[in-house]
Amino acid sequence: MSENSKNSYLEVKNLSKSFGNFEAIKDISISIKEGEFVCFLGPSGCGKTTLLRCIAGLETQTAGSIIQKNNDISNEPPSNRDFGIVFQSYALFPNLSVFSNIAYGLINNKWKKIDVKKRVDELLDLVNLTDHAHKYSSQLSGGEQQRVALARALATSPGLLLLDEPLSALDAKVRVFLRKQIRDLQRQLGVTTIMVTHDQEEAQTMADRIFVMKDGEIIQSGTPSDIYTKANSPFIASFIGSMNFIPAKIISSGKAQCHQVEINCKTESFSDNQVVQIAIRPEDIRFNQENENDNLITAKINEIEFLGAFQRIYFHSVKVSTDPIIMDISSSIARKIQLAIGDELSLYFSEEDTKVYQV
Amino acid sequence: MNFLKFADIKRGKDSSDRVGQLLLASYIILFFVFLVLPLGSLIFKSLQNKDGDFVGLVNYYLYLQEPALFQSLYNSLFVAITSTIIVVVIAFLFSYALTRTCMPFKGFFKLIALVPLLSPSILAAIALVYWFGNQGVLKEMLLGHSIYGPIGIIMASVYWTFPHALIILITSLSLSDSRLYEAAEVLKTSKLRAFFTITIPGARYGIISTAFVIFTQVFTDFGVPKVIGGNYNVLATDIYKEVVGMQNFQMGAVISMVLLIPAMVAFFIDRYSRKKQISLLTSRSVVFKPKKNFKVDMIMLSFCSVLALIIILMIGMAQYGAIVKFWPYNLNLTIKHYNFQVAGLGWNSFYNSVRLAFFAALFGTIIIFVGSYLIEKLRINERSRGLVQFFALMPMAVPGLVLGLAYIFFFNAKDNPLNFIYATMIILVVNTIVHFYTVSHLTAITALKQMDKEFESVSLSLKIPTYKMFWRVTLPVCLPPIFDISIYLFVNAMTTVSGVIFLYSYDTTLAAVSAIHLDEQGDVAGAAAMAMLIVYVSIAVRLLHTIITKKILRKTQAWRYNIIDTN
Repeated sequence: MSENSKNSYLEVKNLSKSFGNFEAIKDISISIKEGEFVCFLGPSGCGKTTLLRCIAGLETQTAGSIIQKNNDISNEPPSNRDFGIVFQSYALFPNLSVFSNIAYGLINNKWKKIDVKKRVDELLDLVNLTDHAHKYSSQLSGGEQQRVALARALATSPGLLLLDEPLSALDAKVRVFLRKQIRDLQRQLGVTTIMVTHDQEEAQTMADRIFVMKDGEIIQSGTPSDIYTKANSPFIASFIGSMNFIPAKIISSGKAQCHQVEINCKTESFSDNQVVQIAIRPEDIRFNQENENDNLITAKINEIEFLGAFQRIYFHSVKVSTDPIIMDISSSIARKIQLAIGDELSLYFSEEDTKVYQV
Repeated sequence: MNFLKFADIKRGKDSSDRVGQLLLASYIILFFVFLVLPLGSLIFKSLQNKDGDFVGLVNYYLYLQEPALFQSLYNSLFVAITSTIIVVVIAFLFSYALTRTCMPFKGFFKLIALVPLLSPSILAAIALVYWFGNQGVLKEMLLGHSIYGPIGIIMASVYWTFPHALIILITSLSLSDSRLYEAAEVLKTSKLRAFFTITIPGARYGIISTAFVIFTQVFTDFGVPKVIGGNYNVLATDIYKEVVGMQNFQMGAVISMVLLIPAMVAFFIDRYSRKKQISLLTSRSVVFKPKKNFKVDMIMLSFCSVLALIIILMIGMAQYGAIVKFWPYNLNLTIKHYNFQVAGLGWNSFYNSVRLAFFAALFGTIIIFVGSYLIEKLRINERSRGLVQFFALMPMAVPGLVLGLAYIFFFNAKDNPLNFIYATMIILVVNTIVHFYTVSHLTAITALKQMDKEFESVSLSLKIPTYKMFWRVTLPVCLPPIFDISIYLFVNAMTTVSGVIFLYSYDTTLAAVSAIHLDEQGDVAGAAAMAMLIVYVSIAVRLLHTIITKKILRKTQAWRYNIIDTN
């Protein structure tokens, strides 16, 4: 047994799953530590839900194995595995009250009535739904239903909590509130949790570790800030947050030619004359105020988008690229400097903030 | 190494999975024994001569050589197509009035329009005899034509198939997006153009589906042409004559095949168009609400009033005929016709019918619901589930008369171990369940599809065996459709003729069959009385069903009535 698997709570080894000719997940191996909150993040159709369902036993993998707490559970039916699950649709039983829904799994495990009541009350308190115990799910709001589903999944104290897009059916505001509540709950209980989502903001705010998936493969994993700052491909860089891409050619070490302008960037792994893309986050672009001398671009404002706390400005620079260059600045700064469409300004970004990707 | 592992990975099964597999296997076996093999023996019989030797298509050749039999095919097609056209037109107008106008008394009209569902199809034929028969009240209105023949068959067929058409058309006309009409209005489209460019295309699959359903019903119906067809022969009466009259089973089998093929074609076209219908309405559509239009509303009101009056007059006349002393000479009222003077065709057949209906409803509902649950919710054995689904749809394409004949050939065979069920109540119950399987099955499937598909997954994650979840959640939630299935089976078992005409024995005569035989022996009043008995029971059971449903539903469906708007 490898060193790695001794510390890990859940281990997925070389897992593949095909539906007919379609390979939903391809040879995935991951390892999750006890108490960790991880996210499978990716666009729809990337295989993240299939991976989750394989871990739950709701789908059967075509190859590979799953090990939970050093037990090989690959061939176990869902009923022999230790997990709780919350679905996007919540799947609350419509004919049972909130109380009975949460008690549903306990009753089967031959709990005494009084213990069931105690446990359900505890859970209702945990998700702040004590007053709703005797309502039906159709009488609850989306956010409340979501919390009932969570309480039901946690009722039997499973070792693993699986969340399948748990927030995507909710209003934006409720979603932000529940993100924090779920995260706090997870920390409090210390239950190992896997969440599937296509919302990068959700993954960033909730997860300890993110697995970014695309076309059935994990293309990067790491902490939210790692993934944001060290995205290893243009796909991830643009999927997680926004990114400007400028076509360029390396001319010498630390220098690239973008159309008519020379840009200083980190070129370590590239050789001269290689065609590349230079990437820069919109918030890393600033107005040139102190006469910095590297990476200056003159550009004209094409469009200003008001996004509340900040503003997104679309520049056009004939000398650099045909695509617009996007810059985010805080609204309070924008108010002070009074920007208008057609203004020509000098923009600056540091060599440190650039990333270079192969085309 | 991965490819090596590929083969030996199999999902571990829990106990629910194993029970499910076992059940699924038994459904396949049951369908084989009670549907596939009997139909097989019917086909086989059509390829044999009287001595049981295989003769290939000789019987079919003989059939084509017989002008009288061939004429019946033409007759069957003629009455079926004519009735279909009439029914589709009037049922479309009627359902349009119910769904798209602000005509008053909609509830009343809908109720009256569904009345023919409660009676056997022969009731219409009997009523027509009283109205237009040799001693009918309105005989002169036919201008010298006889009601005994195509006119009578078509009129009676239109009467009894009308509610079937109405139900389909109401559904398809209700599925309409009011935004389409608003868009048309904004673009200054005339009402007439909107009708032809939005309403008709929107309902076209419903219309196609209706046409094929009605065609099949009339084409394969036995009771109506038997009672009012006179010398006008159709395929269904030919089969009966060949089998019961001349004991020529081979020719009966051949004609059955001729009956079966158009019914099958119609079935598949119907299935296809129903699938198309579903995709027309999206969750974003806004349901159409009719606006007041005095002229249209009044025209529709008079149209529906006339139809409602006709329905009332038909069933009213059947009732009147049943209690008149001696039509048309002595019009004093009496209940003596309910004493049924003909031996073997009296109250005992009525009780037999009630028993049959009760058993068919009880066992049929359980079998059909569990079967559809297996198909819809089992996670394994995809292929077997597909097979059961296919079998479950098949009975709809098989006319009752054909199924009944197939049962004779299969179960009456001396070497069949199930021979003992022949001529018993069991074979009638089984035949009735199979005959009416498809519609009930589809009702159950629709109900199950509306349930969250993750319920079973949640249960598994909570270590709840599937059967417990079935008992605590699926069953309670599905109670309304389960009640609908049971009442459907009950009423159809009471009224059916074609499915059981070959299968009853002296001890198991049935009410609707008795009515036919009473009529055959000249006791038209007795036939009317027997047909009305079926109507009374159907009404009583409907009422009982409504009361019980309300009571039980108040208990189990409390959640339905507590819905608040969560947005």
